[in-house]
Amino acid sequence: MSAVPASRTQVHHVARRARTAGWYLLLTALAVIILFPIYMMVVRALSTPVTYFGRGSPLYPVDVEWGVFRAAWDEGGIGRSMGVSTVATLLMTGGQVVTAILAAYAFAFLRFPLRRLVFVLFIGTLMLPIEVTLIPNVQTMRDLHWLNSFPGLVGPFLASALGTFLIHQGFRAIPTELLDAASLDGYGHMRFLTRVAVPLSKPVIASFTVIAFLGAWNQFIWPEAVSTETHWQTVQIGVAALSATTPDHSNIAFAGAIVASLPLVVLLVAFQRQLVRGLTAGAVKG
Amino acid sequence: MTLWTRAPASTSRRRRFSGKEALIAYACLLPSIVVFAVFAYYPLYALVQEALRQSNSFGTASRYVGFSQFSSVLSSGEFLSGLAHSALYVVFTVPVGLVAGTVLAVSAHRRLRGIKIFQTIFTSTVATSTAVSSVIFFVLINPEVGIFRTNILNDPRWALLGVSFSSMWANLGLCFIIVLAGLQAVPDELIEAATLDGFGAFRRFLRVTLPLLSPVYLFLIVVLSVFGFQAYAQIVVLTQGGPAGATQTLVYDIFNSQTPNLQGVGAVMSLGLLVVTAMAAAVQFSILQRRVQYGTR
Repeated sequence: MSAVPASRTQVHHVARRARTAGWYLLLTALAVIILFPIYMMVVRALSTPVTYFGRGSPLYPVDVEWGVFRAAWDEGGIGRSMGVSTVATLLMTGGQVVTAILAAYAFAFLRFPLRRLVFVLFIGTLMLPIEVTLIPNVQTMRDLHWLNSFPGLVGPFLASALGTFLIHQGFRAIPTELLDAASLDGYGHMRFLTRVAVPLSKPVIASFTVIAFLGAWNQFIWPEAVSTETHWQTVQIGVAALSATTPDHSNIAFAGAIVASLPLVVLLVAFQRQLVRGLTAGAVKG
Repeated sequence: MTLWTRAPASTSRRRRFSGKEALIAYACLLPSIVVFAVFAYYPLYALVQEALRQSNSFGTASRYVGFSQFSSVLSSGEFLSGLAHSALYVVFTVPVGLVAGTVLAVSAHRRLRGIKIFQTIFTSTVATSTAVSSVIFFVLINPEVGIFRTNILNDPRWALLGVSFSSMWANLGLCFIIVLAGLQAVPDELIEAATLDGFGAFRRFLRVTLPLLSPVYLFLIVVLSVFGFQAYAQIVVLTQGGPAGATQTLVYDIFNSQTPNLQGVGAVMSLGLLVVTAMAAAVQFSILQRRVQYGTR
């Protein structure tokens, strides 16, 4: 208590300051909780395991060895599996975006028989995730001799009901008059699609592209089922396989996990707005 | 369904199908139809076929047994414990996701300098795949090499909860994003009006914000439940189904029933999972559609 009585506004001011400080304190605490596991992954990747355990597993890196990333990339096979993941993810993302745009166009701008039935069948696929159809799909791939191949890895993921709905929603926002005007100008459907519909729906297409990439990159159960040879492992499978090695080599597994996450970190930083919008509309498994 | 029964863009143009337009439409739909037919609907047919047939113990032959396999598999200890483990996984992860998402979103939904940085940090777990987050938790809670040397993953009573920690953490980013988007959609005027009515911050949140967020929570419950029922990579990395089968979930059982002698069993379990997923998807779609209706002016 100071001798001079504080004025009302001063008290107010101090209270507000304290409240702001409180919020920062809470936000920082939450940030620490979220980042701690990631931080520990980095610590464990950089530390040489034997020395690290010898020091009693501290919260900071010990005997830092940067060569671990090279070891993960080469001996750990992460370099090879990053290649498989990159190609497969680009094929799946590109495939889903193209087929979803085409299907959405049909639903939004064209009249055709059995439209309602086709629509219901599209929705129905939401109830048939890969976990449910896994066994027969693996059998199909075996019959087609597509195990351990890119067609096998990406085949079931070249179309997306979610993408079709999201992009359809974007197309519906386009005024009908625009289609009429375009057709008066002699635009065919192909030209209307590429010159008008797609450019006007860029935000929703971008959002879907980002979440399609995220979902494709993170796939686990399907690539595990159809890549029986190490050579065809995606990076997620590669990281899981590395984690099963002895504690003495655990740093390589963590280095691999960091490398596997880098493309998504780039995605998160560069396309945060699209990612947030996409995940809010339809979440994909991380 | 009202939205979709109506003709698409051109409600004004009342005309019959033109052959050419229908042809273009099906050409556009064809790629998706082929993928869905081969990799979604044919498998469904194959599952039903397999479920009606029972393999001998060598997997060399199978015979038609009708629905008897449904009753034997669906009442078997393996299926029921798998289902129970999956359901428990959902029970562990969903409430935590809702509460944690709300705490993060409410904390980060305010005008403060640098709030964007906190928002990015809170979103960051989205950049870790299930495999990566599981590897991270492997190091955190491993009995021999972990930071917290708990025995949780080796104890049949606690292992499933231990595995679910990795999902709880990995889901934080998604839960945060979804609740924050909901908070941002609450009109400022409503909050101001409630303040003028003498509502304190807590009552304002409880009586005004929370009810408005109910569709957001419904969406989150559905999404997290589906994730929970599909949990697989976590179990492969952390426990391989052990100890003593305590973390064998439905999907884990399905993956491991791919041997020829278990085909029928695996098919019945897959159809069981389908029923569970279908209920979640139905809710998800009804939300999606309501959003479409509100979204179009």
